[in-house]
Amino acid sequence: MRMSDEFTLKISGTPKPEGESVYLGNAAMAGEHPSSASAPVYLGKTPEGAEPVAEPSPAVLASAAEMPEEEAPVAEPAAAEAVYSAAETEGGAPEGAPDKKKKEKTPLSKMEKKILWKDRFNRYKAWLYLLPALVILAVFTVWPIINTLRIAFLENYSGLASIGGETFAVGFRNFENVVHFPSFLTCLGNTMLLTVITVPISTMLALLIAVGLNSIKFLRRIFQTIFFLPYVTNAIAIGMVFMAMFNMIMVSPTVPPHSYGLINTIIRAFGGKEINWVNAGSSYWANMAVLIIYIVWNALPFKILVLLGGLQSVNKQYYEAARVDGASRFRIFWRITVPLLSPMIAYVVITGFIGGFKEYTSIVGIFGETMGPAGADGRLNTMVGLIYDSLEDDFMGMASAASLILFLIIFAVTMVNLYVSKKKVHY
Amino acid sequence: MEEDRIEIIPAEESSEEVRAEAPAEADEIKAEKGMKAKDIRAVSRKQLALKILGQAGLYLFLTVMAFIVLFPFYWMLISSVKSVEEYNLLTPTVWPKQFVWSNYAKVFSASETGIDLGRMFLNTVYVGIVSTILSLIVTVLSAFAFARLEFRGKNILFAALLATMMIPGELFTITNFITVVNVLDWRNTFAAIIVPFLVSVFYIYLLRQNFLQIPNELYLAAKVDGTSDLKYLWKVMIPLAAPTLISITILKMMGAWNSYIWPRLVNPNDSYQLITVGLRDLASALSSNPANPNFPVQMAAVVLVTIPLLLVFIFFRKYIMHGVSRSGIKG
Repeated sequence: MRMSDEFTLKISGTPKPEGESVYLGNAAMAGEHPSSASAPVYLGKTPEGAEPVAEPSPAVLASAAEMPEEEAPVAEPAAAEAVYSAAETEGGAPEGAPDKKKKEKTPLSKMEKKILWKDRFNRYKAWLYLLPALVILAVFTVWPIINTLRIAFLENYSGLASIGGETFAVGFRNFENVVHFPSFLTCLGNTMLLTVITVPISTMLALLIAVGLNSIKFLRRIFQTIFFLPYVTNAIAIGMVFMAMFNMIMVSPTVPPHSYGLINTIIRAFGGKEINWVNAGSSYWANMAVLIIYIVWNALPFKILVLLGGLQSVNKQYYEAARVDGASRFRIFWRITVPLLSPMIAYVVITGFIGGFKEYTSIVGIFGETMGPAGADGRLNTMVGLIYDSLEDDFMGMASAASLILFLIIFAVTMVNLYVSKKKVHY
Repeated sequence: MEEDRIEIIPAEESSEEVRAEAPAEADEIKAEKGMKAKDIRAVSRKQLALKILGQAGLYLFLTVMAFIVLFPFYWMLISSVKSVEEYNLLTPTVWPKQFVWSNYAKVFSASETGIDLGRMFLNTVYVGIVSTILSLIVTVLSAFAFARLEFRGKNILFAALLATMMIPGELFTITNFITVVNVLDWRNTFAAIIVPFLVSVFYIYLLRQNFLQIPNELYLAAKVDGTSDLKYLWKVMIPLAAPTLISITILKMMGAWNSYIWPRLVNPNDSYQLITVGLRDLASALSSNPANPNFPVQMAAVVLVTIPLLLVFIFFRKYIMHGVSRSGIKG
């Protein structure tokens, strides 16, 4: 009881519980509460409910205060009954007001005290249920928000040194460092590029597939399952498969490969020339192409799922009307499906942008921790990669500043998206 | 485990795909019948041919896309049983000439690859189970408090929790890294990868919504009968919310299976490492020599990591889609 009291005060900052007389008033009012009002019915049927009231000892009182949940209800009917009768006498007798004053003066009986404890326990029991979640959230969610903001403005911050009691100058140095960091523009550029390219492609493809799925009946469930498969995979694992498919096995970029790999064999089968996609000496755009294909492949299932769900809740009458009017398929798609689906489209675009700005593991899956093909380490690094690199190098301040910059970018892009969708989305 | 903390919850339930299916079909048949009755002569042969062509094109498009989606899985499976020599042929074969099952044994031999993947596999199972159980307990308790109990500041607290979902997870990582490594000194422990991700606001939200759908009368009736809150929770709420709990369990397990960044960051020691990190290390180790990489063993490892996920998906498809469609989170 005590503990939960203190905890509540700390967390919510509510004033300390008022005097006990106030509690009595509350308890009397609680008579209107359906659960306690119906309790006497139960009492009438089973007299055992009143049992604990018969011999309230200090020990029982104490245990009632810290009562585990299993014991609680035993006392409840009794408490409710007392409350009930109190409410009745109060309402029934015209001289209720002076009676109440008199009551407050007389010392509380043990039973009344017990009711008070019980009532108080019920008020704070919710906090007991929330305790584990709130403790973990406080340490690993709320504190990080505050602390990251703090250390972003502390120059040359180091976690270990701060435990040692060192203090740090306050300023914008970390943000300057991030912006002037040699790979910052690379990371920002890669992130932006991947997002701006992959989100429209995957959304369009997902829309086409969803519309297609929605207009067939035969084999539909199988197709649906297949299109969802990439979602339940491991980004690193399938990244390795894409790497294997695009990879050529060769000693050096200048010597012809001794294995073309799958994709290049297909290209050669159509009469093309092999492309160095991911190996040493590959071009930036070849790398990007592989990443875009992989990210789109990975992003499709979620978008299809959401869009198909949206399509199925579209009123079929619109389509019937359009068909009767002889509208073409394309026109139906453009004039009916897209507008009616626009909230869902806005949703997948916004989540796509958010996910795109946090791109990291898919690149690690294909190119590994070096974030680039052999000989061009870090060429494909992203903002999230920059944060983790700074973190590993113990540049905590810089990592914090970078993560705040990322957050602001995501926030701004989301706001723009929401603004645009407010204008365009047809609800 | 690594959860993307930004999620926007769609206003509508998009997951219940089954719902609209049956009436839609009926409607369409009715519409077609109506049209036929109206102007049967208008539906000329040309139009019919166009319609069939359209359907064929549609199926062709879907089949091609499905082929593209499935192909990496196929390539991973057949590559995993090829011999290194066959894989390294100038032109790759589409079907293995000879099945080399020993690739799978090599995945687990630490002497061969330098990475104790078996150990990491067990670690991942352990972390997945422990974190799921603890997370379920915490989530159920808090969702119950938010759904059924009255206390001062409830709505404000709940809104504040939901607001934290807006913030990208990377922002938490830095301070959590300091907390776990410098303050708590948990480097190379399982606690370091379990505890920070125990509470997900999204799961609390999901479960609370489900709890709210259970009529309050049940709770009051249970109270009248003298049932304690915990017993009520266990006997009534949890069975009724089982689908959501299963969704959470699966997503949580998948989270442990797929988590990469955080475990790699806090647990440099391989004895406490999870499978995905091991997988990436294995890939780096086996392709360190660009002239002679060992892709078949890599692919065997990929298969071993992917198959459990696919199995879970096949058996719990409904629950995964239920959770996913509302969150956009992966794991």
